[in-house]
Amino acid sequence: MSRDTALVSADWAEKNLETPGVVFVEVDEDTSAYDGGHIPGAVKIDWKKDLQDPVRRDFVDQEQFGRLLSERGIGNDDLVVLYGGNNNWFAAYAYWYFKLYGHGEVKLLDGGRKKWELDARPYSKDVPSRPATSYTASAPDLSIRAFRDEVVQAIGVQNLVDVRSPDEFAGRLLAPAHLPQEQSQRAGHIPTALSVPWSKAANEDGTFKSDDELAKIYGDAGLDGSKDTIAYCRIGERSSHTWFVLKELLGQQNVKNYDGSWTEYGSLIGVPIALGDEPGKA
Amino acid sequence: MTDLTGCAAPDQSAPLPASVDLEKETVITGIVNNADGEAVGGAYVRLLDSSGEFTAEVVTSPEGVFRFFAAPGTWTLRALSRHGNGDLSVDATRGVNEVGLSVAA
Repeated sequence: MSRDTALVSADWAEKNLETPGVVFVEVDEDTSAYDGGHIPGAVKIDWKKDLQDPVRRDFVDQEQFGRLLSERGIGNDDLVVLYGGNNNWFAAYAYWYFKLYGHGEVKLLDGGRKKWELDARPYSKDVPSRPATSYTASAPDLSIRAFRDEVVQAIGVQNLVDVRSPDEFAGRLLAPAHLPQEQSQRAGHIPTALSVPWSKAANEDGTFKSDDELAKIYGDAGLDGSKDTIAYCRIGERSSHTWFVLKELLGQQNVKNYDGSWTEYGSLIGVPIALGDEPGKA
Repeated sequence: MTDLTGCAAPDQSAPLPASVDLEKETVITGIVNNADGEAVGGAYVRLLDSSGEFTAEVVTSPEGVFRFFAAPGTWTLRALSRHGNGDLSVDATRGVNEVGLSVAA
């Protein structure tokens, strides 16, 4: 994978809004953003309603994902271009699903909604009507999804990358600073995890930094290229952003996203936790 | 409570939820204005910690309002918008800290 196969620029997007076989998809948690104006022709996916199982604590399964894309009028052969707010966190999270369920061509819009807004590009409030398809999702590719037991086993063995803010890593905050802090799970990080906030990988306008800059950031942080890597955050969407950088932009093999992330790990009984700014010992 | 609420920002113009305990929370809130003093909706406001590291980012409401839940200490607010950018340093204390943030091209 590389930048050419995984990203499109805002310029490319604006020129291809009506290209047949290209589907723009806005992915947000707060879908009022889409309703207030979106990239013309884009359909929306709601991070919570559409991508999470309504009952079990897990995300949609193979059949549910296929049904969702069929309803949205997305075909297996379409080039899907994902974008969203929050510096593409949720778009990167959806990108990871598309890969997990074996979609052929999927890309992220570099800079997402923010770059589109700062460039003063056009929005539309029209909701496109796309005829339903019969989308077939593949069995999940678990080589890119980490579960809690393998995360515990990875302590001191694999690269663990904690992409939350430094205060969350150290245990001084339990959630990003735009959310109220009351939560009951323990604070801190997985011992031996490197602290590389997702934001290191992005420019101020939400676009990704250059490959050289990215390679230096993770190299300087101590990421060992010879080892497998697991990225995590609080709920798995910021770590999808970093997973995207490591796997899709830098082309590293064996990178997994731990979507259970800190809300799961920090609630497990008996697992080791490190506090403070240092990775800590295995 | 392990809440499966995401990391995206809630509605910035909504009143503070009753569950927010101002004895414990440090709220940094305000309005982004342009050079003409008009509120700027759709601006991107980020909260940087004392080392300049990104901590959080929200989009202002149509009335230009933003809000963060931080901790006591020194923070930098940085706004990006179609109308230009702006910065402000804030010494926040527990409770509600109200600020004004101007952007200019």
